[in-house]
Amino acid sequence: MKKKLSDFTDFKGLNAAGFAPKQGLYDPQYERDSCGIGLIAHLDNQPRHELVENAVKILVNLEHRGAVGGDKATGDGAGLLLQMPDAFFRQESAKLKINLPPAGRYGVAMCFLPTEPALNRRCREALERTAQDEGLAVLGWRSVPVAADHLGEFSRATRPDIAQLFVAWNGGAKDAQPDALERKLYIVRRLAEKEVAGWSDADFSQFYLPSFSCRTIVYKGMLTGTQLLTFYLDLHEPVFQAAFALVHQRYSTNTLPTWSLAQPFRYLAHNGEINTLRGNVNRMRAREAQMVSELFGADLDKLKPVIVEGGSDSAMLDNALELVVAGGRSLPHALMMMIPEAWGAKYHMSEDKRAFYEFHSAFMEPWDGPAAVVVTDGRYIGGVLDRNGLRPCRYSVTKDGLIVMASETGVLEFPPDQIRQKGRLQPGKMFLVDLAEHRIVPDPEIKARIARQQPYRKWVKENRLQLRGLFEPAENPALDPDRLLRYQHAFGYNEEELKMVLAPMAGNSQEAVGSMGNDAALAVLSSRPQLLFHYFKQLFAQVTNPPIDPLREELVMSLMSFVGRQQNLLAETPQHCRQLKLHQPVLTPEDLERIRRNPRSELKTVDLDILFSPGGGGKGLERALDELFARAEAAIADGASLLVLTDRNLDAQRAPIPSLLAVSGLHHHLIRRGLRTLAGILVETGEAREVIHFALLSAFGANAVCPYAAFATVHDLAERRLLDRSLTPEEAMDAYVTAVKKGLLKTFSRMGISTIRSFFGSQIFEAVGLSSQLVERYFTNTASRVEGIGLEEIAAETAARHAAAFPPAGAPSSVLDVGGQYHLREGGEKHLWTPESICQFQTAVRNDDYQAFKAYSRLIDDQSRERATLRSLIGLKPGQPVPLAEVEPVEAITRRFVTAAMSFGSISKEAHEDIAVALNRVGGRSNSGEGGEDPARFKPLPNGDSKRSATKQVASGRFGVTTQYLVNADELQIKMAQGAKPGEGGQLPGHKVSEEIARVRHTTPGVTLISPPPHHDIYSIEDLAQLIYDLKIVNPEARVSVKLVSEVGVGTIAAGVAKAKADMVLISGYDGGTGASPLTAIKHTGLPWELGLSETQQALVGNQLRDRIRVQVDGQLKTGRDLAIAALMGAEEFGFGTTALVAVGCIMMRKCHLNNCPVGVATQDPVLRARYAGKPEYVVRFLRFIAQELREYMAQLGFRTLEEMIGRSDLLEFKPAVDHYKAKGLDYTSLLAPAKGENRRCTRTQDHALDRAFDRELIKHAQPALERREKVEVSLPIRNVHRTAGAMLSGEIVKRHGVQGLPEGTLRFRFTGSAGQSFGAFLAPGVEFLVEGDANDYLGKGMSGGRIVIKPRAGSAFVPEENIIAGNVILYGATGGEVFLRGLAGERFCVRNSGAVAVVEGVGDHGCEYMTGGCVVVIGPTGVNFAAGMSGGVAYVYDESELFDTRCNLDMVDLESVKSAKDQQRLRALLEAHVRHTDSARAKAILDNWETRLPLFVKVMPIDYKRVLERMGQREFADTETVSATEEVYAEVKK
Amino acid sequence: MAKPTGFLEYARQDPPKRPVDERVHDYREVEQTLSPADLERQAARCMDCGVPSCHAFGCPVKNLIPDWNDMIYRGHWRRALELLHHTNNLPEVTGRICPAPCEAACTLSINQKPVTIRHIELQIVERGWREGWIKPLHPARKTGKKVAVIGSGPAGLAAAQQLARAGHDVTLFEKTDRIGGLLRYGIPDFKLEKGILDRRVDQMRSEGVWFETKVNAGVDITAAELRERFHAILIAAGAGVPRDLKVPGRELSGVHFALELLGQQNRLVAGDQISPEQLISAKGKHVVVIGGGDTGADCIGTSRRHGAASITQIELLCAPPSERAATNPWPTWPQIMRTSTSHEEGCERLWSVGTKEMAGRNGKVTGLKCVKLDWTDAKACKEIDGSEFELKADLVLLAMGFVHVEHGPLVQDLKLETDPRGNLKVNMDFMTSTPGVFAAGDAEMGASLVVRAIYRGRQAAEKINQYLAKRS
Repeated sequence: MKKKLSDFTDFKGLNAAGFAPKQGLYDPQYERDSCGIGLIAHLDNQPRHELVENAVKILVNLEHRGAVGGDKATGDGAGLLLQMPDAFFRQESAKLKINLPPAGRYGVAMCFLPTEPALNRRCREALERTAQDEGLAVLGWRSVPVAADHLGEFSRATRPDIAQLFVAWNGGAKDAQPDALERKLYIVRRLAEKEVAGWSDADFSQFYLPSFSCRTIVYKGMLTGTQLLTFYLDLHEPVFQAAFALVHQRYSTNTLPTWSLAQPFRYLAHNGEINTLRGNVNRMRAREAQMVSELFGADLDKLKPVIVEGGSDSAMLDNALELVVAGGRSLPHALMMMIPEAWGAKYHMSEDKRAFYEFHSAFMEPWDGPAAVVVTDGRYIGGVLDRNGLRPCRYSVTKDGLIVMASETGVLEFPPDQIRQKGRLQPGKMFLVDLAEHRIVPDPEIKARIARQQPYRKWVKENRLQLRGLFEPAENPALDPDRLLRYQHAFGYNEEELKMVLAPMAGNSQEAVGSMGNDAALAVLSSRPQLLFHYFKQLFAQVTNPPIDPLREELVMSLMSFVGRQQNLLAETPQHCRQLKLHQPVLTPEDLERIRRNPRSELKTVDLDILFSPGGGGKGLERALDELFARAEAAIADGASLLVLTDRNLDAQRAPIPSLLAVSGLHHHLIRRGLRTLAGILVETGEAREVIHFALLSAFGANAVCPYAAFATVHDLAERRLLDRSLTPEEAMDAYVTAVKKGLLKTFSRMGISTIRSFFGSQIFEAVGLSSQLVERYFTNTASRVEGIGLEEIAAETAARHAAAFPPAGAPSSVLDVGGQYHLREGGEKHLWTPESICQFQTAVRNDDYQAFKAYSRLIDDQSRERATLRSLIGLKPGQPVPLAEVEPVEAITRRFVTAAMSFGSISKEAHEDIAVALNRVGGRSNSGEGGEDPARFKPLPNGDSKRSATKQVASGRFGVTTQYLVNADELQIKMAQGAKPGEGGQLPGHKVSEEIARVRHTTPGVTLISPPPHHDIYSIEDLAQLIYDLKIVNPEARVSVKLVSEVGVGTIAAGVAKAKADMVLISGYDGGTGASPLTAIKHTGLPWELGLSETQQALVGNQLRDRIRVQVDGQLKTGRDLAIAALMGAEEFGFGTTALVAVGCIMMRKCHLNNCPVGVATQDPVLRARYAGKPEYVVRFLRFIAQELREYMAQLGFRTLEEMIGRSDLLEFKPAVDHYKAKGLDYTSLLAPAKGENRRCTRTQDHALDRAFDRELIKHAQPALERREKVEVSLPIRNVHRTAGAMLSGEIVKRHGVQGLPEGTLRFRFTGSAGQSFGAFLAPGVEFLVEGDANDYLGKGMSGGRIVIKPRAGSAFVPEENIIAGNVILYGATGGEVFLRGLAGERFCVRNSGAVAVVEGVGDHGCEYMTGGCVVVIGPTGVNFAAGMSGGVAYVYDESELFDTRCNLDMVDLESVKSAKDQQRLRALLEAHVRHTDSARAKAILDNWETRLPLFVKVMPIDYKRVLERMGQREFADTETVSATEEVYAEVKK
Repeated sequence: MAKPTGFLEYARQDPPKRPVDERVHDYREVEQTLSPADLERQAARCMDCGVPSCHAFGCPVKNLIPDWNDMIYRGHWRRALELLHHTNNLPEVTGRICPAPCEAACTLSINQKPVTIRHIELQIVERGWREGWIKPLHPARKTGKKVAVIGSGPAGLAAAQQLARAGHDVTLFEKTDRIGGLLRYGIPDFKLEKGILDRRVDQMRSEGVWFETKVNAGVDITAAELRERFHAILIAAGAGVPRDLKVPGRELSGVHFALELLGQQNRLVAGDQISPEQLISAKGKHVVVIGGGDTGADCIGTSRRHGAASITQIELLCAPPSERAATNPWPTWPQIMRTSTSHEEGCERLWSVGTKEMAGRNGKVTGLKCVKLDWTDAKACKEIDGSEFELKADLVLLAMGFVHVEHGPLVQDLKLETDPRGNLKVNMDFMTSTPGVFAAGDAEMGASLVVRAIYRGRQAAEKINQYLAKRS
């Protein structure tokens, strides 16, 4: 019997389809998905059943890329998009007495219908009626037979009735064009969807049409790949035949997957995430008003809105693609528009193609984000990969014309002699099969064809309007100083900002860096007027999509955009690019004058003042906004295509409307009116000056910004010689623009966005402290979860600034407001760390004085007069007190304490070790941070203390992450983000890399170390699951945790992390510390932990996942009260960073980034380290004090153990700040909403399936070697589902035999087949892996020794050096070992390698990125951006084309010929080894003609590394004492 | 910030002092100045701390120390002056005589010598005077509101200047013949030459402050009159009642309050005549100063210049340690042994000494009967049996601090409440129990530092400004 959804207690509140309504902070809108994708097709286009079976097989073999939900059986979704199985439907329709027209002349609607019979009937009727109204004949219905027995509970509970409806043109073949029928089906589907969505009298949520086409059909559901086959009985029918299929295996971080969100959609299946979705959707909506189509005619209106809100990012991408294709563009053309490759100056590209992209960028922005998409319209089938190439996609073509493409190789097995070609989808490239022409159309051919179908180049050249040279040059009188001072006051400039933000930008062309976390008041809690900008926090990429490195991978990024009046999306004319081309979004006053005075009728420019009367309050402000909107509409009606919003004319009577409010309000107003695409919005505002201001203006609808007061300020600073460097005012303003541009790229990159065209309007911010009324109206669809201020308060803040500019006594003060955001200033922003609180705290821990600690905690907790944190407004409800003595002891509590990840390198050895000792003493866990750990610390000290960090961190740089490091840990923590700088990487400058640091990091002293922004093995949630698996395999005893940073949607991600089988998830507040971060990141990125923790708890509990994962929290936890609140909100463990440092002496200098810490805590300088005065005792005392204070709260609340307390958010209450003019608007209803569900805390462990690991078998074979060091040789088959082969074996070897492992060649495994992901990860010395076949991504990850050899299977028919043999991201973070690959490898070969040696026959883009050591030989082609961020190691590249220098990133490396005998010998030896191991014909040919081929080799040598090596060499020659040599090097580099 | 590595490269350099031999023969200032180059290097030692305790904890007037240090390091003296004046109306005074709690709170003083903040402050403002940068600042608009300020010490001066700049008509009443209060008649010229005050008074006069000297408010102008003539009254009359020592022999001649000596000496330096019978001189005398604070030290320096035969300073409390105690951590004010310039000029210092009696002959004091004290119990000291001793003394100077504001006719007629210690009671807005009557400085907080008086005066002015704005 089928259970109803409401029978499940945990599913209460869901609708029939399983969609959760928004509850608490958890909003299903933030669901994300990722997955495995694939396609299979036969060039002959002949339908066959075998192909369907193989499609299912692919799904099953990708199953590890999907996930199952809380009930452990419900798959997140799987599906097939198939060629219409005409033969099958003919058979079935005969049974049903349906008379089917010929193939292509009938359409089939795949329908998910409500299970409730009455509702079901209404839906069917609606569909039939709509079809008939649109001129179609309803031929009949077919029930789709299913077997639901094996489904998970949740899947079964929400399973819709599934049926197929057959339709055809009414009156027979009215129109033989299948395109017309397809369009009509699309219209019918949209009409039906809209009609049913409009019914609110009952729950129709199960209604959904997976497909409605005359060419294709979709079978999908909330299933696993295996379940798909058992569920849909049709798929078993031999006559069910197709010539192609797309497959998709879903991994939804969304904890409540639904039937409808399973993929594929109508055209595509997507792996990745569209980051810029909100902007894309808004703009699609804005374009609708201007859309006209000959093909659709009047029907077009029936489609609107084109994008169905509530779908996933992939669903909406599909909606947009469907429109563009149905509107008349070919499928490849549409893909080139929507997912364009990078076409910046650094790419070799035909001018026609570049023009094509430029032309289309004028009216369609990239749908940006990691995207591997497989797509078909029935004729074309193929795949496309986004410009960053962050998703894997491999394909094989067999001799008889079968094409298989999937996220992994080896999903279908073929005899070696059957394979004609093995390849991979490359970044920005398209793989396309034309089923009509029965051939694969190469990327250049299809793109060239499309790029030349219209004279785009001519169109662009003749029509685009350029800023410079086109218009009258304008003079720009400098601002008079008095006027500037008024502007500065009116826009809230402060002294600190001039000194710490603007002067560094103008002086150094980049944003300033700061350190330590933010402890200042949130804008809404601050008693001082705040700019509206500061109520927003930037969102960032974590887990479900990767951030980008805007420095090292700058070539994919772009700030170019078109602004002006956009044309009809569904047509193309030369007029489409008749817009103003801006190279970047910051306009100088001269630029703006040029625009204003331009004589072009197409660029009619109108100024609109954004001013209001400050005396009028919120009402006055609202009126002023309404008038602005009306004036804008009138201007557009009058032909204006550029609106300049300006606040330049402010005076004593008129104050500026906050520019963000004006821009976003107008942007949304025009979207609602369908006018947004008719005019560009330029903003001339004195308000914008910091990077975040420009980012916000752009993200909320400004096409460009002219920050006139910022320019005048920079001019003034330069003139007054207040910059770090002596620059002329003009140079300083240029430098300032450069800094803004770099800052914007960094901002985009944090979210994984590449271009301003997609960042524009993307709204990737969350508001904290804005009322929902305000947000709905002016910042539509922006998250704002604790309510807050409205127009009244905004007006009051503006008025206060305005009053400072126009004071009653006359002239404004020559000294601006003090600021105090970064450094404490009296009369400035409130901070929690003050001289008093630091002093009391340090007195307490030094003198073992609990009373002083209480004095300290009173200073922190008493925020009654000035508030800083959200929790200051949370109260604890009175409980039934218990005697303090009955509360569990301090020792039980301190076991839940950890210290935050602080790397050895960011803090001194003394501080790092003292903290470790302290945490070991109290039974907590210290965290190694990124950067390895000296193995000497693994052994306990004679007095019983231990300096070993119980938690070892695995961060994106993978420094020091060796097998030995991993097996010496109780916990392995994957750092996805850091509170102070989420979405960013890090850099340890060469002068900080001392001998000792270099040793534990396995790098060279004095050489700069770069941690990339993303983990290069985590671009998506299924990748995270893979890394968790890798770590579990190498050290099965350690728990694996994942560190996330609070932001909206973090609960959803945490649920994904739980499904990825992490044992613990850490939610970090945005305010955590840092050794160095851009100020924007410290201040404006991420959210307070209260929001993240509460959302996480609500999401995990609500979805039955909380019981299998522990939750930890950190971020400025300072007192027992903080811990009590965190525990009640759901935290089981607590992390301390800053407080631990203050305990050992930190005084919040915020100078960590300068290596200048005067108390020896955050410095490597020996002179300063000598001033360190901390002790482990101090940390111990702090931990005991705070535990004691927590106990007091427990007693007061009535809890004897912390266990009982976790998640009892019902005991928290909101204490509104009735007396505070801003904070009084806050509302914590969502924040404090209790999580719905039974299990509030972790009660069981994850099932990691370690007993089924492939390595168990390897270890069994390896026993003689493990126990007796005997030689072992084994041959085994291997498949892609065998993941992380060798890691557990290696962990075992290192545990038993230490870091040196086994003697070379002790263990030899010969595998045949396709090796799964992470093959040979963390391989230990003494192991040799040989694969005949090929391998997937992450081969040799973290390899610490041993050897991996991959060569084609004997008998393979293809040419090895022209075919791909291994996937992306090979040897990531490797510290040793050798790899020989006879064939091509994918993107990011040897990324962050610091010791392994590799020979390969060709690599993709970004080869040797961030490499710091080791040696790489490439004897074939390389992609672009080779050696980006490469600071160490050597690469030898065989450069036959002699174009290598154009593909190499020369920022950090020199190219040399291989001159020295030493180099020549080394290269030759490696090639000889390659021949020996792989029989490489190519290497052999080179060796055979050594004299003539050697000159073609290029040696890639990092500049710093070379210098350091030379210095070391000289010193060693003169003085054998290497330590002093390296110190000298280090001093040298420092200069 | 200033130079990131400045604190590692440069050592602290104190301003030079005139040699003792030379300086004890005159009343000119003892302290001299560093060269501008040296000073800029000293400013480079500032680390621009994230939590600058110098500014946020040490400095009572909340000087923007890191900010002006930065300006000095970069050579922007004029901007430094603007920043300095932004928080402090009398930096030329505090730059000379402030005990500089900022320096005690300087982060460098955790394990090094602090930045020479006070001296930098002094040089900033002196350069400003020299260059003519310090000019009267006139309000663009007058409010027509009248304010009376009673007392011309640091609190009164700071308040008066702030109020005048806000556009109010300010009248400042001073009891004595010259403006400056304690600055004028309490601090010796060898620490603060009086021309310094005159410069500032001239500036204030140009800014519209009306000075009325020799007017004892409450007597020469009644409380009722004040109330009638002014929209607001600020009492900044200081804590004029000195603490006395009630022991036998107190009535003997030759026993004086410290300020009697110090005030008289300042008048002499200013060229006033003192009749021989009123003249207090230490010449050839054995001087005992009771009280170990700054006023006591000033008495020592003055006595030394008179040519005293011997000078002994006694203090009730035990000798402070030479370094901070654990209970007295940075950045709190260190209770440690300090040696002033006057001490350098020669005197004996005795600690843990109580005065039992003043001995005399012919009505003139000849000595002090003292006893040693045991401070083992810090809360209750004990006399040590048998430790009595006698000190020879022809001149005894009582420098034991001040009790509270004078409770004269002004206070009585305005019906001002006082707190248990005798200070005028004020609320958060510096208003006394009588609406429209405000108090600031020692009068409401008890005797304290000059710099604190300036701060209180400024704050009170801000509140009076707000009060007057509401009454328009």
